[in-house]
Amino acid sequence: MYTDKVMDHFNNPRNVGEIENPDGVGQVGNPKCGDIMRISIRVGGGETITDVKFKTFGCGAAVATSSIATELIKGKTISDALGVTNRAVVEALEGLPPVKMHCSVLAEEAVKAAIADYYTRKGIDPVPIVGCDGKCESCRV
Amino acid sequence: MKVYADHAATSPLRREALDAMMPYLTERYGNPSSIYSLASAARRAVESARADIAGALGASESEIYFTGSGTESDNLAIRGALEARAGTGRHVVTSAIEHHAVLHTLQALEKRGAAEVSYLPVDEYGLVAPDALRDAIRPDTALVTIMTANNEIGVIQPIDELGAIARERGVPFHTDAVQAAGHIPLDARAMNVDMLSVSAHKFGGPKGAGALYLRKGVRLAPLIYGGGHERGLRSGTENVAGIAGMAAALKQAVTHMAEETARVSEAAGIVKAGLGAIPFARLTGHPEKRLPGIVSFVFEAVEGESMVLALDFGGICASSGSACSSGSLEPSHVLLAVGLPHEIAHGSLRLSFGPENTPEQARYVVQAVTDAVASRREMSPLWRDNKPAY
Ligand SMILES: Cc1ncc(COP(=O)(O)O)c(C=O)c1O
Repeated sequence: MYTDKVMDHFNNPRNVGEIENPDGVGQVGNPKCGDIMRISIRVGGGETITDVKFKTFGCGAAVATSSIATELIKGKTISDALGVTNRAVVEALEGLPPVKMHCSVLAEEAVKAAIADYYTRKGIDPVPIVGCDGKCESCRV
Repeated sequence: MKVYADHAATSPLRREALDAMMPYLTERYGNPSSIYSLASAARRAVESARADIAGALGASESEIYFTGSGTESDNLAIRGALEARAGTGRHVVTSAIEHHAVLHTLQALEKRGAAEVSYLPVDEYGLVAPDALRDAIRPDTALVTIMTANNEIGVIQPIDELGAIARERGVPFHTDAVQAAGHIPLDARAMNVDMLSVSAHKFGGPKGAGALYLRKGVRLAPLIYGGGHERGLRSGTENVAGIAGMAAALKQAVTHMAEETARVSEAAGIVKAGLGAIPFARLTGHPEKRLPGIVSFVFEAVEGESMVLALDFGGICASSGSACSSGSLEPSHVLLAVGLPHEIAHGSLRLSFGPENTPEQARYVVQAVTDAVASRREMSPLWRDNKPAY
C-alpha cells in the first residue's frame, strides 16, 4: 500500500529524537486519533534551522511524513521551511494512499508549530509570520 | 525467518482441499445442472460436499446452502430473514462486536428504515450477557444475530445459551461462525441456532466459498434470483471446485481438530506468555473463552499499523484492528466495545496461528514483537521515563 520511499523512511527514519534545550518545539495531533508528531528545532544564524528532530506516535505514513519533513527543513531558513507544504511532503515520498493524506498535513503543521514556538520564545508574535500560533485546539494535544 | 501469523485473515489452502478442487478446475468442468454424465460428476461433487459439511456442523444435508463467501452467508441470513418476516417486525438484536459483514449490513438496513437494531454491549472480555439478550427481545423482534467467535479478540460467546433464549421467545437466531468453524467443535443443533455462517478460506479452504446452515422449517427470502439453484435460495451456477475444496478442508480440520488445536495452542501459548511480559501490554478478549489460535494484545504508547509494518520487515505477517485506514481515525469498534480508551485501542496487534506454525516460529515472533514495541516506544512522544505519558 505504501511506496518504497515511504517504507524507506519508515524503516530508517531520519532525525529521530528530541533536541535538548531546543529553540522551538511543536507537537500536533491527538492520541485519540492515533497520531501525534513532535518536532524540535535548533535555529542558528540567519534564521537557519541547523538541527531538527522528531518523535512520532502513529501509523507508517505518520512516521514517514515526519521523517521526510525533517529532511526537507534541515539546513533551510525559517522562511523556506514555512514554504514546505503538505503537497511537498507527499511528493517527496512519491505519493501517499488517499486515506493517509492527513498525515502529510500533520507533518506540515508540526513544522509550523515548532517555528511558531521559536518566535513565541523570542517574544515575537508568530501569527503574522506562521499564520497561527501553533497552539490551536485542532493541532495541540 | 518467515512466519505467517494471520490465519484469522485467511489461511493457507490445505493440500486435501487443492486435491479435491483440481478435477473440477480441469477435466470435470461440467455444469452440475446439465444432464449428461460429465455434469453428473460435478453434481455428485456438490452433493457429497454438502453431506460432508452437514456432517461437520451437526446438520442434515438439506440444511446446507452454498454461497460465495462468509459475508454473503451473513447477508443472506440477515436480509433473507427480515424479508421473509416483513410485516411481522423489523427489530434486530445483535452485539456491539460483530464483523462488518453483519454490522454494515444492519446499518444499511437501518438507514433505509428496513430494520431497527439493538446493539448489545459486551463486558471487558467481550462477552454478551444472556440477561441482556433476554431483556432486549421485544414482541416485534424478527432476528437475533450474535457471532460465535470474534475475529479480533477471539472471544467465544455462550451461543447455546443465547440461542435457547431466542428460541424460547420464538425469534430466529443467526450466528456468524466464520472464525469458529474448523477451529472449535460446532454442532448447529446443540447450539440452538437457526442459521450459521461459515467461510472456506478461514479453515484451509479456498477464498470465495461459503455456506449457510439453515435449520429445517426456518423461512428465508433469497438475495439472488435466477435459475433456482440451492433450492431457490441462491441462484447461480455452483462454484463446484470451491465447494469441493471447502468440504475437503472442513472435513480435514474437523477430523484432525484435537491434534491441530494442540499445535496451535502451543505456538499461541508461547506468544501469549512472551508478549504478556512486555510492560504496559495487555491481552484483549477473554483469558480462557477464546479461539485457540488468536493472540490479541494492546501495547500502550504504540500505534498498531506501525507495529504491523515493522513486523513485516522482520518477515512476520500480522494484523492490527487499529489501522486508521477508514480515514475517520476511529480505532476498532471491538476494542472500544470492551472498554479500552481510544489512545490504547490504537495500539492493537492480532497474531493468529495455524497448525503449520512451530514453537520456534512462536519464539521468533515474541522477540520480534518485543523489539518492535521497544523501538516504536523509543520514537513515541507518548512514552516517557519508561511509561506511557498521555
Ligand atoms: C467473523 C467474520 N465474519 C465474516 C467474515 C467474512 O468472510 P468472507 O471473507 O468469506 O467474506 C470474516 C472474515 O473476514 C470474519 O472474520
